[in-house]
Amino acid sequence: MALNKPYLDLPGTTIFDAEQSRKGYWLNQFCMSLMKADNRARFKADERAYLDEWAMSEEQKQAVLDRDLNRCIALGGNIYFLAKIGATDGKSFQQMAGSMTGMTEEEYRDMMLGGGRSAEGNRYLGEDGDAQPQHQPQGKSKGSN
Amino acid sequence: MARITASVYTSHVPAIGAALDLGKAQEPYWQPVFAGYDYGKEWIKEQKPDVIFLVYNDHATAFSLDFIPTFAIGTGAEYQPADEGWGPRPVPKVIGHPQLAAHIAQSVIQDDFDLTIVNKMDVDHGLTVPLSLMFGQQDPQHGAWPCAVIPFAVNVVQYPVPSGRRCFQLGQAIRRAVESFDGDLNVQIWGTGGMSHQLQGPRAGLINKEWDNAFLDRLIADPAGLAQLPHIDYVREAGSEGIELVMWLIARGAMSDVAGGPAPEVKQRFYHVPASNTAVGHLILENKQ
Repeated sequence: MALNKPYLDLPGTTIFDAEQSRKGYWLNQFCMSLMKADNRARFKADERAYLDEWAMSEEQKQAVLDRDLNRCIALGGNIYFLAKIGATDGKSFQQMAGSMTGMTEEEYRDMMLGGGRSAEGNRYLGEDGDAQPQHQPQGKSKGSN
Repeated sequence: MARITASVYTSHVPAIGAALDLGKAQEPYWQPVFAGYDYGKEWIKEQKPDVIFLVYNDHATAFSLDFIPTFAIGTGAEYQPADEGWGPRPVPKVIGHPQLAAHIAQSVIQDDFDLTIVNKMDVDHGLTVPLSLMFGQQDPQHGAWPCAVIPFAVNVVQYPVPSGRRCFQLGQAIRRAVESFDGDLNVQIWGTGGMSHQLQGPRAGLINKEWDNAFLDRLIADPAGLAQLPHIDYVREAGSEGIELVMWLIARGAMSDVAGGPAPEVKQRFYHVPASNTAVGHLILENKQ
């Protein structure tokens, strides 16, 4: 019998469940390794070589090299683990979260100062809010930066 | 006997810790956040708790995907602030209360809650940011937190996290455990995390003021009803990381009124948007003596 997953109709959101966790196990464990300063230095010196030490899929490695956090999440990454890559790059949580919307850092920061993203139209897939697939990427530059 | 005298609820946004640690607390962006805790800092100086039972979540720090305990109680003597990738926060180490923690573990497990027992772990911003908010900055070497802390980590990272109902029942079991401890201790229970926020995907940045404030209303006046709320409502209305709010129900379940006592007194209620990606909420509820 299929598991109960009532969260598949959320727009712009991937719930990190057991299945995602299984897919992303090595990707996330690679991220954990970046909590040690020595590993951060080795990763920065040669990202590709460091990634090749892990049993990650080629897609996962490429998503990390591209710093494509949406792709990392689709491939089983979890934001609290991926944040270790951001820390290694000197990025804040706000910069990381903003990077997944297509907005510039300033646009995202302004949205938060304005009270954040509204839930209106963003509760169910098929509505017309700014987080819906038909409105991606967001921001004036449309993610071309 | 030991008793739970009050519960404190607060968000634990990492950027709040960074703002304090980097001396940015007086900047216009942060000043309104910290102002919401001015009352609590004075209040807790008068309350002088002996022990704080601090419900929080680990953010892929002490627990990677190697171990994912749903409920983990710290029974160790002390805990170091973790290096989360930015270096450890410059705050004092956290002193535990192994006697009370072991007592609670034994009592709560015998009450059918299967806790994981942890004697050694580092504690991340989820635990240290609330301490900083309520006690202010402390010198990492020469300073000290003014009381013992029992860390209680809840898995809210990998779905399914425990239900609000289960958290609320666990709080009740924790109250019974504390009250059966032979020692005259003033214990507070803190529930941390939330409020609305989402850190991932195109929906990142979601904030829901109306929902958050309704949550605060119900947490005060109708916690048993609030505890029935399914996970999906938190995620849909308050963002994927808004699910952290189930932890507040553990602290709320430990208050006397849930066991037939008088309603608690609301000593502080505060709400502010934003702190980084997150809506900050803070409540203090005091049991009537």
